[in-house]
Amino acid sequence: MNRDTSPFRPASTGASPTPKHASLTASTNLRYSLTRKSIYDRHLNRTKTSELSKSAFAFLFGEMVQHAQKKVYGVQDLEKKLNQHGYAVGQRFLELLLWREGRTAKRETRILGILQFISHSLYRAIFQKPADTLEKVRENEDEYMISDNDPLVNSYISVPKEMSQLNCAAFIAGIIEAVLDGHCFPAKVTAHTAPSDMWPGRTVFLIKFEPEVLEREGLRHGST
Amino acid sequence: MPADWDIWAVSDWVTKPGEWRNEVMEEGPEELSTGSRKRERKKRRQARETGFKCSALLCSEPRPRCCRWYHIVAMVVYAVLILNKAGGLIFQRDFNPGLQKLTSNDYLILAGTFHGVHAITSQISPTNETGASGLEVLESENFVMRCFQTLTGTKFLVFAEPRQPNLDVVVRRVYELYSDYVMKNPFYQIEMPIRSEGFERHLSAYIKPHQ
Repeated sequence: MNRDTSPFRPASTGASPTPKHASLTASTNLRYSLTRKSIYDRHLNRTKTSELSKSAFAFLFGEMVQHAQKKVYGVQDLEKKLNQHGYAVGQRFLELLLWREGRTAKRETRILGILQFISHSLYRAIFQKPADTLEKVRENEDEYMISDNDPLVNSYISVPKEMSQLNCAAFIAGIIEAVLDGHCFPAKVTAHTAPSDMWPGRTVFLIKFEPEVLEREGLRHGST
Repeated sequence: MPADWDIWAVSDWVTKPGEWRNEVMEEGPEELSTGSRKRERKKRRQARETGFKCSALLCSEPRPRCCRWYHIVAMVVYAVLILNKAGGLIFQRDFNPGLQKLTSNDYLILAGTFHGVHAITSQISPTNETGASGLEVLESENFVMRCFQTLTGTKFLVFAEPRQPNLDVVVRRVYELYSDYVMKNPFYQIEMPIRSEGFERHLSAYIKPHQ
């Protein structure tokens, strides 16, 4: 009786028999799948060999760059921002990578070892190809270079002339930096464009280790 | 046949391997010395070898037959224009000589005029209004123009030599390059003139593959 007399009553009240999350279980949305398992319930190896659409990634990364561009004052600042984004990815990715390696995972203690790990294992895990070169800067003891002829993140990006200093692979530099930090090799990693005739988008990641890394390296392995 | 005869200037040349070989080998410039003649031959041989790998979206023959021996296809595209959905010119590039060079203002007028004509032609069809796509091909004695309008209203115009085959494929490919190297570029503002180095590089690599 009461129900009929009040037309302004809201459609659903606290006493309604259907629970609030019923709609979530009924339909798939981003967070819950049909089986009510989130991505955290999946096995970590499940996505090890699965591939991602390059276009989807390009759009996502493009949006990331645009978003980062809104809050910065210059090219340096923008690169730093991208580097930070990459750093967050790298921290998580290193954990995943070492977990996936399982028993064969090894703690790298030498500079060369960790650089090999980055240019082979890490690069292969992310981009399905090893980095193109790994070099040591001749003049400086603490600097190394990893180069990539055609970085995936830059494949659709053309930097305008007024921002020619910018290289969006700073994102990858951030990933590398995080991996180095995670292995206790603190370093600064920067991305630089170094075009060659065949590879107009060639990028060099310059890795500059902190002095204590070299000191430790000297103490441990200096005599050999 | 003139001495500075350029195989890429011949557009829809169809030949068989035997004929082709005779032509190239015996058509050396007479006045050259032996050394430079050898060099000339070598150059032509290389041109021929690269020529047989025709880069081939243009060619409708099945791949092993066409690309190896039967077709020498060179694409002569004069110019590519891209119009945004309001009829503004956002990209214009000449690739081969053949069209009169216009001033940038004239190109803008051309784009605006074409946009209007296209809008009218898409409504002119008396039969059905659903499938009306507007002006698609414009032919004259000296060039043919192919227009392709995307679902969002961007128009791609390709000017080419008359009797150029499969221009629609070319236009589609330009659209593909546009959607890759322009639309996925975070520094491009939509509807604004295109200044994307990657797009220009890939476009000219597609349109002038052997030069």
